Amino acid sequence: MTAATHKKPGLETLRAAISRLEGHSDRRRRMLPFGVCEIDSRLPGGGLALGALHEVAGGGNDALHSAAAGQFCAGIAARTRGKVLWIVTRQDVFPPSLKQVGLSARRTIFVEASSDVEVLACFEEGLRHGGLGAVVAEVARLSMTTSRRLQLAAETSGSLGIAIRRWRRQTDAADFGQPTASVTRWRVSVLPSVPLPVPGVGRPRWLLELIRARAGECADFEVEACDGKGRLSLPATLADGSDQEAAWTRRARA
Amino acid sequence: MLSVDLSARKLGLRPGIPVAKAQALYPDLVLMDADPEGDRLGLEKLALWFQHRIAPIVAVDAPDGLVLDTTGADHLHGGELPMLKDIVHRMAGAGFRAKAVVADTWGAAHAIARYGRTPIALVPPGNTASVLADLPIEALRLPPTIIEGLATLGVSRIGPLAAMPRAPLALRFGPDIARRLDQAFGRMGEAIVPVRPVDPVEVSCNFAEPIGAAETIARYIGKLVLLLCQGLDERGQGVRRLDLLLHRVDSRTEAIRVATAMPVRDVKRLTRLLCEKIETINPGFGIERMVLIASLAEPMDRRQTVSSLIAEEETDVSDLIDTLANRVGMQALYRFAPVESDLPERSFCRVPALAPEETKDWPEHWPRPTRLLARPEPVQAMAELPDQPPLFFIWRGVRRKVKCADGPERVFGEWWKNDAELTIARDYFRVEDTSGERFWLYRAGDGEHGETGSQGWFLHGIFG
Repeated sequence: MTAATHKKPGLETLRAAISRLEGHSDRRRRMLPFGVCEIDSRLPGGGLALGALHEVAGGGNDALHSAAAGQFCAGIAARTRGKVLWIVTRQDVFPPSLKQVGLSARRTIFVEASSDVEVLACFEEGLRHGGLGAVVAEVARLSMTTSRRLQLAAETSGSLGIAIRRWRRQTDAADFGQPTASVTRWRVSVLPSVPLPVPGVGRPRWLLELIRARAGECADFEVEACDGKGRLSLPATLADGSDQEAAWTRRARA
Repeated sequence: MLSVDLSARKLGLRPGIPVAKAQALYPDLVLMDADPEGDRLGLEKLALWFQHRIAPIVAVDAPDGLVLDTTGADHLHGGELPMLKDIVHRMAGAGFRAKAVVADTWGAAHAIARYGRTPIALVPPGNTASVLADLPIEALRLPPTIIEGLATLGVSRIGPLAAMPRAPLALRFGPDIARRLDQAFGRMGEAIVPVRPVDPVEVSCNFAEPIGAAETIARYIGKLVLLLCQGLDERGQGVRRLDLLLHRVDSRTEAIRVATAMPVRDVKRLTRLLCEKIETINPGFGIERMVLIASLAEPMDRRQTVSSLIAEEETDVSDLIDTLANRVGMQALYRFAPVESDLPERSFCRVPALAPEETKDWPEHWPRPTRLLARPEPVQAMAELPDQPPLFFIWRGVRRKVKCADGPERVFGEWWKNDAELTIARDYFRVEDTSGERFWLYRAGDGEHGETGSQGWFLHGIFG
């Protein structure tokens, strides 16, 4: 699905009719756009659906550490409004790093649950409440039944739910292939950073794979990691900085 | 002499020896009159304090102990063992050397607290008999005459006493021995009559027919909470802690305790908090009386809501916090707050989820890793001295070649806190390996001076 199909009015009305048939409320479902047109245009509705469950996992070694996946989720949570609930079983989040993607420590409430079962119970409780900006939970196993419960809880309250899939062993990561009821499924893998003309580490880059999107298609993006406000960006195609022409036209239109 | 302190005990004095003899041995001994009445009052005050802090059902176990029914309250302290540690620690802070035991019965807990070896003990359910067997018979709360009589018979431990035939013992010493044994082993119930705090808001209802079904209990909880909230409303108070006592027909009491982070007077919310705990109640043959006590109430004023003209008010999440706290415990629910320290592991602390917001924040000079390892893991690395990043390092058996790196960022020990840290330094590097993974490494030491650290390399965090 490209930007061109978006302009077809017939398709849009058809989509609205289907969503009415599916039992979603009449009001348009709210979205949280990434602010990157290439990503948003691939997502049905033009952004990450609020009131839905999303799954994120790290690729490669990051399936165990969830450093990139965690930062990606923190960036999304930073762009929501209200408090953020972050549920873990083993606490290893370094709080200053959350602040560096725009998620203030004052907004983030951590829950340290003793087991995966308790994580999921707290996750559902948080989603049902409806007053939170986002609920993030680090879980290893997520069955179809549980994810359906979570998705239903998110739908009724309109909260954004993000499940960070994090496993103890690399072999368990194959679990990510199992179907769940989540609306989108992402895999974040680290890529070598942008080379600098001087010694040092450049801006981190990720390979962002949209593995599954309900009513959408899969896609891969090479993105630059979250900035201080939690926004992603596409690496500049030009040698010196961002695509000036596109930026100017965008600004002129706005 | 009734009691001696630690230094007197070291001199060889023991409770029970005559005062005249002790004075003859040590003329400069400091003697004080016993004040049983004062001790009793002090113990009662302590019981109220425990009721405030630990569990709803607390009674004085004269002359030197307290007995608590912690069922349904330990989760607020993060489990039984943390609760016991907390109790002993708090008592030590107040100048008392305390022993704390959790056991199946009052009798067993009494015995192990006084004659057990460790200051903190947790007797697993069902193990009472084996633990008690080795303790002396003095632990059984028997009158001194009976203990003397048993000593003449040659019985000194509980195990052999429990194995003896009951009838001759009852004939000679009366029914006390059998009763105390049964109470200790849990074959006979023993009610704990709790001390009462001063004038709490309290509502109760009696049932002509004992109730037991969860739905019925939930319905009456709803009715009681409604009454309680009316009472609180009259006083302008909100509840911080709520105790529900359920008196069973077999004269045992079940208790539920819920705590809230802020004063609450909302009927629906309190009912929900209590109803979530219904499954922890064992109604036995039925419940004949329910008492709901606001054991900790705080003033709560009506507030005017902020007009949406000025600013959009952030949704109140304190009800969610309460629900979660009653599920996972208060300690497991927190926020991070900055601490002024350059050492990464000391640069943050945990504060309660609804603590007032601090104004400080972490500096943003350098990128920080998303994940910080609980303990820095030693890695093998090769680096040029004194301040070059490593060329490669081996972590968890995988050799990683460093492609580019940032650093060093030097962190010094906090000599104002600890003398040993005076010379300590760490050099932090942010490195990226050939596959693109980014890590936070540090060298313990500055690479030049041996006294600054071991000069070994450690991995401390992982970047996204």
